[in-house]
Amino acid sequence: MDEGGRKKLRILIGKPGLDGHSRGAKLIARALRDAGMEVIYTGIRQTPEQICKAAVQEDVDMIGISILSGAHLVLLKEVSGQLRKEEVDIPIIVGGIIPKKDIPKLEHLGVKKVFGPGTTTDEVIQYVRNYFS
Amino acid sequence: MLGKREIEMIEEKQRGWEEKSLKNNKAERPEKYTTLSHIPIKNVYTPVDLKNSEYLRDLNFPGEYPYTRGIFPQMYRERPYVVSQYAGFGTSEDTNKWYKYLLAQGTNRLAIAFDLPTQVGLDSDHPMAKGEVGKIGVAIDSLQDMETVFDGIPFKGRMITANANSIAPIIVAMFIAVGEKQGFSMNEFATGVQNDVLKEFIARGTYIFPPKPSVKLCCDIIEFCAKKGLHTWSPISISGAHIRAAGSNVTQELGFTLANAICYIEEMLRRGIPIDDFARVLGIFFGSHIDLFEEACKFRAVRRMWAKIMNERFGAQKPESMALHLTSYTAGVRLTAQQPLNNIVRVTIELLAAMLGGVQSAVASSYDEALAIPSEEAVRVALRTQQILVHETNILKTADPLGGSHFVEALTNEIEKGAFEYIEKIDKMGGAVEAVENGYYLKEISEEAFKQQREVETGERIVVGVNQFQSDTEEDIRLHQSNPKGVRIQREKLKRLRGQRDKTKWKETLEGVKTSAEKGENVMPALLEAVKAYATVGEICDVLRDVYGEYKESRVFI
Repeated sequence: MDEGGRKKLRILIGKPGLDGHSRGAKLIARALRDAGMEVIYTGIRQTPEQICKAAVQEDVDMIGISILSGAHLVLLKEVSGQLRKEEVDIPIIVGGIIPKKDIPKLEHLGVKKVFGPGTTTDEVIQYVRNYFS
Repeated sequence: MLGKREIEMIEEKQRGWEEKSLKNNKAERPEKYTTLSHIPIKNVYTPVDLKNSEYLRDLNFPGEYPYTRGIFPQMYRERPYVVSQYAGFGTSEDTNKWYKYLLAQGTNRLAIAFDLPTQVGLDSDHPMAKGEVGKIGVAIDSLQDMETVFDGIPFKGRMITANANSIAPIIVAMFIAVGEKQGFSMNEFATGVQNDVLKEFIARGTYIFPPKPSVKLCCDIIEFCAKKGLHTWSPISISGAHIRAAGSNVTQELGFTLANAICYIEEMLRRGIPIDDFARVLGIFFGSHIDLFEEACKFRAVRRMWAKIMNERFGAQKPESMALHLTSYTAGVRLTAQQPLNNIVRVTIELLAAMLGGVQSAVASSYDEALAIPSEEAVRVALRTQQILVHETNILKTADPLGGSHFVEALTNEIEKGAFEYIEKIDKMGGAVEAVENGYYLKEISEEAFKQQREVETGERIVVGVNQFQSDTEEDIRLHQSNPKGVRIQREKLKRLRGQRDKTKWKETLEGVKTSAEKGENVMPALLEAVKAYATVGEICDVLRDVYGEYKESRVFI
């Protein structure tokens, strides 16, 4: 519980696939934690299945996925399919190098928001807070 | 250097001058006067800042110890600067076409980019490879793919390099095999691999095996080259670039990279190979960032540090052991997705820093890298940027053009001092493998990355187009489109290969790799046999995984 008596938001930050560039994922994880949320960071090289299982086990409110390798369409399709299989409805946000033309496709897969390079951590924090308020 | 009396006169004058000039300075000072890496910058530098320097001891002539001013006496007159291009995508056929294009455009050296499955030792049909095949580089499953990549590109007289790390021994074996098939012996061409596995645990993430066997495999290549007398080969390019890109500052970049280098050198010495037999093939690869002077000084500082470490710590005697070859890559992390054409300017300045710092070769980033895999147009602009700097600006015509500037020399000294402090700290904790295992590197880098992010977010540091001077109109640029059929083609090729190759030979050679690894021998000869029998990267890595185990990130530092 935070000071206002509300439940602390729980966010899972995951890096699916083989991409090892974790600077952005770690920065976001730390910023959300500093903003008072509970953050679980999976580390790199996780399968969509591992990420979804962790999200369910940890009972998170939101999943943040970081991908810079260009594999976002394939991997997000798997993440969202896996969540359906687990019969849970956890909102997903994505950060990384995502060409603009792919954003509608990601939204179609159930991604709520895509954050590109240059996004501030405050923008992400505000988005997450607003989403749940 | 100036005499004591002159220094005193300058100091006295400076005191009065400072008082007077500060009194008249009414400007508000919101800015912090530091480099990108938080090293304080003074308003002006004078000989007083260098009063402890000695020209012949600290700078000397190009090609002379400690090589601050460059490693060749005649610098670029004697060894032309090498324009290099990092490229590769899709299938080996796509990459082959692209290389022929780049060579026709005047690239001197090709640096192969592999896709992630290849880099972490998985074949294109592995479940974890889904979505990643041919994405950030070319997919190489077997020698067959490598043969296709270089079809019609003879190795003779060329240097072929690759961003292979954990899989580097396999890739070197493939290069040797391709060379052989083309009819060239190993000393008729040269190959280079990144092969710096320690930084994979710290920054880049394409590790496969735990740190100790990783260091072992890395040194197998260095030993192989040393024993075969392949002095023009580059069996390792110890990489600061990724350590920096992950968020560290310039002194960490130098300190951590050199601490990793020391680890490899000590392993080679443990194998009983004298320092002067292998040191000359060790090279360093740094990112080149936007802080022009700090970066140029970094390259100067690391040459001097390397010379001292080789000579004072390891007792190297031969000049070529102490002269450090440097390559550079302009920093992708400084590129912005906002107003991407501005990145052409950033890349130009970063290349300028590397050239003024006396590097042997550099790779230029493409302006659209913050948005996608580079397009043909963006790669051509990057290549032309290098060519303009090399041929039109005259900056390469004299050695170390910045040398002697009070500011540049003071900053070079400062960077060297900070980096040596990091090396000392890492020595005390037991060396680089320990600093990987206890999370020291990761924690240091995370802290620094966070600090830098805050600076941009609070506006303390301006990034044009990102936190200031934003633009509403979007630049319409053409992005790279990947070949949607590539994955299917690659998987079909792999399936065919598995059906066609000589099964007995394939099995025997893989067993040879296993025995060799178990015995703790140098695995290079066994790998060469296995790649020639068309064993795949994934299959060979599986054998090695059985012997060495697999590394899993156990603790995550954020």
